[in-house]
Amino acid sequence: MDLPLSDILSAGHLYALTGAVLVGLGLYAFITQRHPLRQLLAVNVVGAGIFLILGSLGRGPDATDPFPQALVITGIVVAVALTAFGAAMIVRQAETRAAAKPAADDNARGAS
Amino acid sequence: MTFAFDLILCLMILGTAGIALFVRDALAAIAFFIAFGNLMGLTWLGLDAVNVALAEIAIGAGVTGVLLILARARLLALGDDATCSGTPLWLRLGALAACAGFVVLLAASVLSIPPESGLDRVVAPLMPGLGIENRVTGVLLAFRAYDTLLESFVLLGALVAVWSLAPAGAWPGRPADPGMTDAPMRRVAGTFGQLLLPVALVMAAYLVWAGSDLPGGAFQAGTVLAGGLLVAAMGGTIGLPSSDRPLLRAALVLGPAVFLAIGLAGIAAGGLLVYPEGMAKALIVIIEYTLFLSIGVTLALLVAGPPVPDASHPNPEGKG
Repeated sequence: MDLPLSDILSAGHLYALTGAVLVGLGLYAFITQRHPLRQLLAVNVVGAGIFLILGSLGRGPDATDPFPQALVITGIVVAVALTAFGAAMIVRQAETRAAAKPAADDNARGAS
Repeated sequence: MTFAFDLILCLMILGTAGIALFVRDALAAIAFFIAFGNLMGLTWLGLDAVNVALAEIAIGAGVTGVLLILARARLLALGDDATCSGTPLWLRLGALAACAGFVVLLAASVLSIPPESGLDRVVAPLMPGLGIENRVTGVLLAFRAYDTLLESFVLLGALVAVWSLAPAGAWPGRPADPGMTDAPMRRVAGTFGQLLLPVALVMAAYLVWAGSDLPGGAFQAGTVLAGGLLVAAMGGTIGLPSSDRPLLRAALVLGPAVFLAIGLAGIAAGGLLVYPEGMAKALIVIIEYTLFLSIGVTLALLVAGPPVPDASHPNPEGKG
């Protein structure tokens, strides 16, 4: 394909810009979505955007810098650790809230 | 790859991210997030970063997706369907302005940095000394082994943090059974789990071995192991162990402990995390295999969540 855009924008920059937009989208959703589970998802999108910026700026003409690649792999693992802790906290908070409610509701626990 | 492909991929990434973030139904949001993660994996392939693509698809899309789906199912059982209430207009406009401004700033700074792989030229001549060919593994386990050592402890710390959320009286119990409640589905998952678990083990062991020279590595392999364990647990093939089993705890700390021990032993060879001349590959493979086992078990238990009060089975015997 011979698009005029490709003369101005290298693939590294294109992906890095996508990452920048992802960070913005994720931040906006984090502020405006009021459910913690959705905010956790938004944090993951922000993280993915940052990883994309980091990795794609290491895209040289013939190779991709292994250094940011290693950092991104580390980042992905730390992000999943954060997500697991966040999800556990959200579920625990909901359980506490459900238990605090008047004992009228007979919720069928163990069905999760 | 052609520029048109890159452009379409970027648009699809932004589209799936937008739907995942703003669609009303939480399950649809998570489904689009998983699609988004897989497209991100394609992007990493396009950037020639196969190691990252594997990690992104396995961990970013796979494990995170399962985590979110399980959390949503548990919230749903408590009567919370995870839909968002509306936010005031002023907040949305303010956030829009702030985020748009931030994106412009970020884009400007990104465009001011020319993409280049400068460190690749630094790393490449150092690889023969290690005896392995995968440069990313080299960075992870030799040149920046410090990061990876700390990361393995972060993962362990996250599991301790998740376990600390166990309700009163539940400790040291087992996590909630992630098994299917529907009997026919459970049978299907059970049969599949029996087949998948050995395949996952072989594939994971291969990924660690291949990770020295080809794309792969302990984290990607650990995720494959965790996936096999989780599918087997969902079908009831294996039970999740209770958190105080000595064997389980040994499996959890084995990888970080071996890594730390080899790192400390390196002081004799010249400094923390320095490998003696000629032994680098052997030590890296040992670290990777023990780390892979610990990462796999830790990830599976992170997804399973904290222990819950065990009402149905009072007998403390566990299998895993």
